[in-house]
Amino acid sequence: MKKTNSLLNDAWSALSKNKAALISAATMAAMVFMVLLGPIFSPYAIDEIDWSMIAAAPSFSDGHIFGTDDLGRDLFVRTMYGGRISLMVGLVATLVSVMIGVTYGAVAGFMGGRIDALMMRFVDVLYAMPFLFFVILLMVFFGRSIFLIFIAIGAVNWLDIARIVRGQTLNIKGKEFVDAAKTGGVSTIKIIMKHIVPNLLGVVVVYVALTVPQVILVESFLSFLGLGVQEPMTSWGALVNQGARQMESSPWMLLFPAVFLATTLFCFNFIGDGLRDALDPKDRTRGND
Amino acid sequence: MSNFRFVIGRFLGAIPTLLILICLAFFLVKAAPGGPFDFERSLPEEVEANLRAAYNLDDPVYLQLAKYIGDLLQGDFGPSFQYRDYTVTELISTGFPVSLRLGFAAILLALFFGSLIGSVAALNQNSKLDYGVMFFGMIGISIPNFVMAPLLVLFFSIGLKALPAGGYNGGDFYHMILPVVSLALPQMAYIARLTRGSMIEVLSSNFVRTAKAQGLSTKTILFSHVLKPTFLPVVSYLGPATAAIITGSVVVEQIFGLPGLGRYFVQGALNRDYTLVMGVVVFYGCLIILFNLIVDTLYGFIDPRIKQNR
Repeated sequence: MKKTNSLLNDAWSALSKNKAALISAATMAAMVFMVLLGPIFSPYAIDEIDWSMIAAAPSFSDGHIFGTDDLGRDLFVRTMYGGRISLMVGLVATLVSVMIGVTYGAVAGFMGGRIDALMMRFVDVLYAMPFLFFVILLMVFFGRSIFLIFIAIGAVNWLDIARIVRGQTLNIKGKEFVDAAKTGGVSTIKIIMKHIVPNLLGVVVVYVALTVPQVILVESFLSFLGLGVQEPMTSWGALVNQGARQMESSPWMLLFPAVFLATTLFCFNFIGDGLRDALDPKDRTRGND
Repeated sequence: MSNFRFVIGRFLGAIPTLLILICLAFFLVKAAPGGPFDFERSLPEEVEANLRAAYNLDDPVYLQLAKYIGDLLQGDFGPSFQYRDYTVTELISTGFPVSLRLGFAAILLALFFGSLIGSVAALNQNSKLDYGVMFFGMIGISIPNFVMAPLLVLFFSIGLKALPAGGYNGGDFYHMILPVVSLALPQMAYIARLTRGSMIEVLSSNFVRTAKAQGLSTKTILFSHVLKPTFLPVVSYLGPATAAIITGSVVVEQIFGLPGLGRYFVQGALNRDYTLVMGVVVFYGCLIILFNLIVDTLYGFIDPRIKQNR
């Protein structure tokens, strides 16, 4: 119990000293609130077509505060729903990649020797693959369902985490409490799950914060190309794509989703950087800034 | 001799990676519903027969794979699914020169300005200039190509009417400015941050302090002691940077309507042109692996410590 507390305290004191990270965290909290609650306060639904308001400019008087798109749908509501999808992909796909990466890295690090060398060689090989292209292949071949997006993006983003976790595991494995557990006859799986993994939390937290923006970026990239989420659902990437086509006549269609997407990526990068400065023992630049 | 062995070793080491890439693509296409290897679809008999012949479907799987790899080695990527009159190889050889031009210009731009800006920031560490560079660097990293490109078009083409909004026009200079810049910006930002961090580390190292203590001029220290170790991480980032530029060019070509390989790829993906998509993935994959290999090998020559460790 004490371990978790001190980790949270560490993270908190690191973040509270780093102004950029703190502002970013507050912005993200506000963003989550907004995408969850925003649509409730709008009189319009996500797929509701307002025939009298095709591609109308933002205005407070008619309730379309972000304007409407070229089909007369309320852009505020669509941006909020798009945000739900983008943030959800960020969260779920990151969880998938963390689960794969932590397990893989912990097993490789704990086993050591030939198994470790083989497993890490495999990671090296995978590193060289053009993964985004494989995600696109998967989307093309097996249909564009949201589940596949979660799994596909998560399944290709675990390599960094696996490497970091392996390094940490090698370090922890030499500690006395692991020896004690071994001597006490605890099974290997139980040692990994109960003794190694909880001690990896610090690095994992850092890499979660760094993976979320990457994952959101991949999803928007796919949706931008028309290979991600499909109508009537939408995401920030899909909205940016639609906006880019209409930007000459109605630039707000591009600007609102673009600002939301960029702000989110920006904030997560700052939070990740801040956490890494504080928690990652491997950070070499620490102390220089 | 040892240099020769090092290079050969590196090249041999890349072969399994290439094979895994090709096998992954091959089996993915095999597993795809409605793909060229799916029997439960209704195609005209002649097409069916052509496909069977082209992919040796009557052979056992391992022979099919072996023949596919054999065809690849001869530069034959098979026929396109959608463009009836073209082979995938023809499509690649039309599209790739455009993409190469775009990507090469972008990476040069990113390298030059990225390392310049990063060095200036590092030499003025913790100044307002430094913080400014770092802040804009973070913005550059955070705003993806496909958001940056439309914003640039909105500003420079629609707003200022200074640059064309799209089209290739035979690779004319003015038409290439916006695509190249929007492709280069995120990489430029990343390289700037990388250079800054690396140079700060080098500047605070013992050998630089010694050089200072010996009374060498700042210029000498900078050019003969600091620059080389500073750019080692930048050189090793060239591999991932190329991969990022290639993926980025897919959207940038789409946005600016450039007739590059990325555009064929997206069209192929949307039209379910299996063979074209698979061909482009294999082609770009091999290219990325090859480029990583070259960078790795070069790195071994720049930094001899690497060679010894292997």
